[in-house]
Amino acid sequence: MKTKEPIEEIAVKTWFKAAPTEKFPKNAGACIKYKDQQIAVFNFTRENKWYACQNLCPHKMEMVLSRGMIGEENGEPKVACPLHKNTFSLKTGESLTGACDAITTFPVKIEAGFVWVGFTE
Amino acid sequence: MKTIVVVGNGMVGYKFCEKFVAQANKENYRLVVFGEEPRVAYDRVHLSEFFENGDAERLSLAPRSWYDENGIELHIHERVTEIQRANKKITTSLGTSYSYDTLVMATGSAPFVPPIRGVEKKGVFVYRTIEDLEETLAYAETVKGGKAAILGGGLLGLEAAKAVMDMGLEPHVVEFAPKLMPRQLDTRSSKVLQVKLESMGINVHLSKATNQILGNGCITGMEFGEDDILDVDMLVVSAGIRPRDELGKSCGLEMGTRGGIVVNDQMRTSDPHILAIGEVALYNQMIYGLVAPGYEMAQVAVDQILGVSDTRMAAEIDMSTKLKLIGVDVASFGTPFMPPEKGHSIIFENKTESLYKRINVTHDGKKLLGGILVGDAADYNMLLQLYQNEMPLPENPEDLILGSRGGGPSSFGSAMDLPDTAVVCSCEAVTKGDICCAVLDDGNESVKAVSKATKATTGCGGCKPMVVDLVTESLKSLGKTVKVQLCEHFEYSRQELFDIVKLKDIQDYDELLDLVGKGHGCEVCKPAVAAIFASIYNETANKQPAIQDTNDRYLANIQRNGTYSVVPRVAGGEITPKQLMAMGRIAQKYDLYTKITGGQRIDMFGAQLHELPLIWEELIAEGFETGQAYGKSLRTVKSCVGSTWCRYGMDESVSFAVEIEHRYKGIRSPHKFKGGVSGCIRECAEARCKDFGFIAVEGGWNVYVAGNGGANPKHAELLAEKVDKETAIKYIDRYIMYYIKTAQPLTRTAAWLEKLEGGITYLQNVVINDSLGIAAALDAEMQALVDSYKCEWKEAIETPEIRERYSHFVNSDDTDESIEFVSLREQKMPKEWA
Ligand SMILES: Cc1cc2nc3c(=O)[nH]c(=O)nc-3n(C[C@H](O)[C@H](O)[C@H](O)COP(=O)(O)OP(=O)(O)OC[C@H]3O[C@@H](n4cnc5c(N)ncnc54)[C@H](O)[C@@H]3O)c2cc1C
Ligand code: SF4
Ligand code: SF4
Ligand code: FES
Repeated sequence: MKTKEPIEEIAVKTWFKAAPTEKFPKNAGACIKYKDQQIAVFNFTRENKWYACQNLCPHKMEMVLSRGMIGEENGEPKVACPLHKNTFSLKTGESLTGACDAITTFPVKIEAGFVWVGFTE
Repeated sequence: MKTIVVVGNGMVGYKFCEKFVAQANKENYRLVVFGEEPRVAYDRVHLSEFFENGDAERLSLAPRSWYDENGIELHIHERVTEIQRANKKITTSLGTSYSYDTLVMATGSAPFVPPIRGVEKKGVFVYRTIEDLEETLAYAETVKGGKAAILGGGLLGLEAAKAVMDMGLEPHVVEFAPKLMPRQLDTRSSKVLQVKLESMGINVHLSKATNQILGNGCITGMEFGEDDILDVDMLVVSAGIRPRDELGKSCGLEMGTRGGIVVNDQMRTSDPHILAIGEVALYNQMIYGLVAPGYEMAQVAVDQILGVSDTRMAAEIDMSTKLKLIGVDVASFGTPFMPPEKGHSIIFENKTESLYKRINVTHDGKKLLGGILVGDAADYNMLLQLYQNEMPLPENPEDLILGSRGGGPSSFGSAMDLPDTAVVCSCEAVTKGDICCAVLDDGNESVKAVSKATKATTGCGGCKPMVVDLVTESLKSLGKTVKVQLCEHFEYSRQELFDIVKLKDIQDYDELLDLVGKGHGCEVCKPAVAAIFASIYNETANKQPAIQDTNDRYLANIQRNGTYSVVPRVAGGEITPKQLMAMGRIAQKYDLYTKITGGQRIDMFGAQLHELPLIWEELIAEGFETGQAYGKSLRTVKSCVGSTWCRYGMDESVSFAVEIEHRYKGIRSPHKFKGGVSGCIRECAEARCKDFGFIAVEGGWNVYVAGNGGANPKHAELLAEKVDKETAIKYIDRYIMYYIKTAQPLTRTAAWLEKLEGGITYLQNVVINDSLGIAAALDAEMQALVDSYKCEWKEAIETPEIRERYSHFVNSDDTDESIEFVSLREQKMPKEWA
C-alpha cells in the first residue's frame, strides 16, 4: 500500500478555473478536464466543503471515481468507487478499504461563483 | 538483542510474525524473514479466489507496509540456501549471510509429483502458488473447451477440478484409490459425492494408476493400462504434498523416514536453536496439511522463544475438514471411519437428493466420535463442537442428522450451550468464552467489533454463523436487543427505517439523516435508504441522484471499463420482428456489443455516458421502455412458449409472464428479483430457480417462491397448489410486498425466507391465511406501486436538468478518451489495461 502526501495549498502553482459551482451536483461528484488530466470534484454540501482527486480508480485503473458515492467514515470524508466500492479518503487520498494504492488529492477553492482546482505544475 | 530468522513467508511463517510482534518487546528482538516467492505471504487456502477476481493483492495476509511498521526485516524473492549450524548462520540465494540466535523453519511443502513417464510435458501443472495458477490459466486459455485431468481426488484435487471447470475446460478427476477423498470419506459417501460431482459436470475416474503421460511435447492424453487411455489437453497434479525439508536434511537435522523435520511438542528440532512449524514440521510422525494446526504451532513457537515454556502442542490434532468453494457440501470430522468394537454408526442416505450423513457414536450412545457429511454440511460446526467437547448427545442420537421428527425445535440446542473452552474459530483458536467475554466484559456490540477484538472469523470464515449466534445471544443476555444496524450512520435495521420513513412521511435523505441518523452518510446507507423511498413512494432514481448507486444514478449498468450497458424491457421474452430490427439498427448505429441475456432479453454494451440519452431517445421512439436492469427491482419474468405453441403446454405461460412482468416492473426492492412461468411441469422456463414462479398444472397454477440461481443456487418452495391466475397473483403481490418491507438490504428472497422464523409455513400463513391481519394493507400498497409506474428513462430524456447529468466532463464537451475497445468475434469489447 503506497501512500501519497496530499498537495498542500501553498505548493499550488496554478489555480485552474474549472466551472461554475452550480454545475456540480449536491453531495456528489462530477468530472473536470484539466489539460490531459481527468479530475473528480466533489461538492460535499453536508460538510459545506469541496474536494478534488484523480478520476482514476487505482484498483482496476478505470476513470470512474467522479461517479462514486461520497460519504464519511468516523468523520473522514470518503468516496466509494462505483465499480467495486473500494473507498478512499477525500482528505488524504488514502485507501480506507486497505487493498489499493492511495489516490492523489487536489486543493479546491470557490471564488466568484467558480470552482478552482490547484495544481503544482 | 536477539536475532530471530524465519525461513519462509507463507501462511504459517506470517502467523508466526503476527503473533511474535504482538507479544514480544521490540527492543529485545530483531526479526528477519526470508520468503522465496516473489510476493508477501498470502492466503493460500483461498487461492482459487485469485482466479475469480484476478486480484493477488486481496489475498495478501498483510500489506508490505505492515512488516515495516512492525520493524520486521522482510526479504522476499530471496531463498535461504544454506544453514551453518556450527556458527549459527544462514546464506541466501543472493549470497548474503546472516547470523541468528534462533532459526524458525516455516518452509511449508511442495506438491508431490509422482515420477510418471512424461510428466515433464507441456501442459502439466501443480496447484500451490499464485504463479502456478497464472501459468495454468494462461495455458487453459490456449486449450479452452478442451479436457483437463486432475491427478488426485483428494480435497485439493476436487478444488482444482472446480477451478479448471471454471476456466472453461471439461474436468476429469483421476484417483488411484477406489474412492474420492480417501482420507475423509467412506465408500458410500464417496459414491454419493461422485454422483453429485458428475451431475455438476466433473467426471470421476477411480482405481486408475497412470502409467504414462502421452503427447509429443505437449500433453495429449494419459495412459492407465493397455487400451485404457483418456484424452486430455491439460493436467493438474494434486497427488499430495512433500515437506520442503531440503535445508533441514543438508544441515543434518533429524528427519522422518519419509521426510519432514522432526519436532517435539515445543516445536524444537534436534538442534535446540532451530524450530520448525507448519507443513515442514513432522510432529507425532505426521505432516498436517491444514492451516489450523500450523497456526497452533506458530503460537507454541512464539511462546517457546519468549520463554513461556509451558505452552506445548496438543498431543492429538484435529483433522476435521470441510470442503469449500466447490458447490457441494462435504465435511468430515473426528474419526470418520470406525472399527465396530469402538462404537456404532448411524447412517442416513438419500441417493436422489445426493445426501449422505454418518455419525459415529460410542456404544452407550452418549458421545460423538466422528462423522461424514455430504450434500448438506450445515450442521458441521455444531457436530464438530459436540465431538470436540465430548458433550452429551440427545436421547436419540439419530436426531442429530435426521432433525428431531415431529417438528420440535432443533436437537442441537443453542451455541450458548457449549462449554466456554469450546474452540469456535479453529484458524485463530478463539473459544466460545473469548467471544462471549468480548461482548459481556469488553463491551463489543457487533460481530464486526468482536471479530476485530478476537480475530474470530478472519481465517477461513467457516465459523461465522456460530459467531453471529454467540454475539447475538450474549447481547440478548445483557438485555440489549441486537441491533442489526444499517451502518455507522443509522442505528436501525432496514425494516425499522422503512417504518420510520413511512410513519413520519419523510421524503428526503438529508431530512432522514438529520432526524434519526448521524454524520453525513456513506455508500451503505445511501442506496439502502434510496430503495426504501422507492418502495414507499415509487419515486424514480432521478429524484435524488446523489444517494443512488451508480447504476441507478445513470439508469444503466456500469461495466468493466466504466462504460454502460442498455437493456430495454422485453416482457416475458416476447419480441416482434419489427422491434428486433429497430434494436439492431440502434445498436449498430452506436456500435454496441449485443448479447442475449439469461433473462430472455437483449443487452447492449459499451455505451459511453453521453450516449445514453441519445440511445434511449431512439429506443423510446420505437416504443421501448426501460428494463430496470440497473435497479434492485424486478428483472424479467422468463417464460416458455406454453400452450400457444408447445404440444405439452397446459396453459398460456407467455401471456401470464407478460402480464405479471408489466405488473411488477419498476418496483424497487431490497435486492433484484426475478420471475418465471412454465406451461407445464417440464419446466422449460426454470420458474423454480426464480424469486417467484408459476407452473401450469392440471387444474390451475402451482405457485413457487424464494428460489434463485447465481452464486448460491436454491430451488423455490411451493407456496400454493392448483390456484387460479387471480389468486396466484394475489399471493405473489402479498409475498413481494411483505419481503420488501421486512428484508435486510441486499438480501434475495431465498436468504430472507431462510431467516424468517417458521419458514414457508409461516409465509403461507401470512400470505394465504392472513395470520397477521395485514393482507388488505399489503394488497393496497402493492396496487399503489403498480398504479404509479413511470418509465424513468422517458422522464430522463424529457427533463433537461436530468439530461445534463450525462456528460463526462462538466467543463468540456470532450468525451472520455481513455476508453479503448478491441474487436472480438466481429463485435467490440473493452481493452484490457496493460
Ligand atoms: C489450493 C489450496 C487450498 C487449500 N485449502 C485449504 C483448506 O481449505 N483448509 C486448510 O486448512 N488448508 C488448506 N490448504 C493448505 C494450506 O494452504 C497450508 O496448510 C498452509 O499454507 C501451510 O502453511 P506453511 O506456512 O506451512 O506453508 P506455505 O504456505 O507453503 O509457506 C511456505 C513458504 O516458504 C517458502 N520457502 C520454502 N523454502 C524456502 C527457503 N529455502 N527460503 C525461503 N523461503 C522458502 C515457500 O516458497 C512458501 O512461500 C490449501 C492449500 C492449497 C494449495
Ligand atoms: S414447460 Fe411445458 S409447456 Fe413450456 S415449453 Fe416446456 S414442455 Fe412446453
Ligand atoms: S455477468 Fe455475472 S456471472 Fe458473469 S462475470 Fe459478471 S457477475 Fe459473474
Ligand atoms: S475499479 Fe475502483 S474499486 Fe475496482
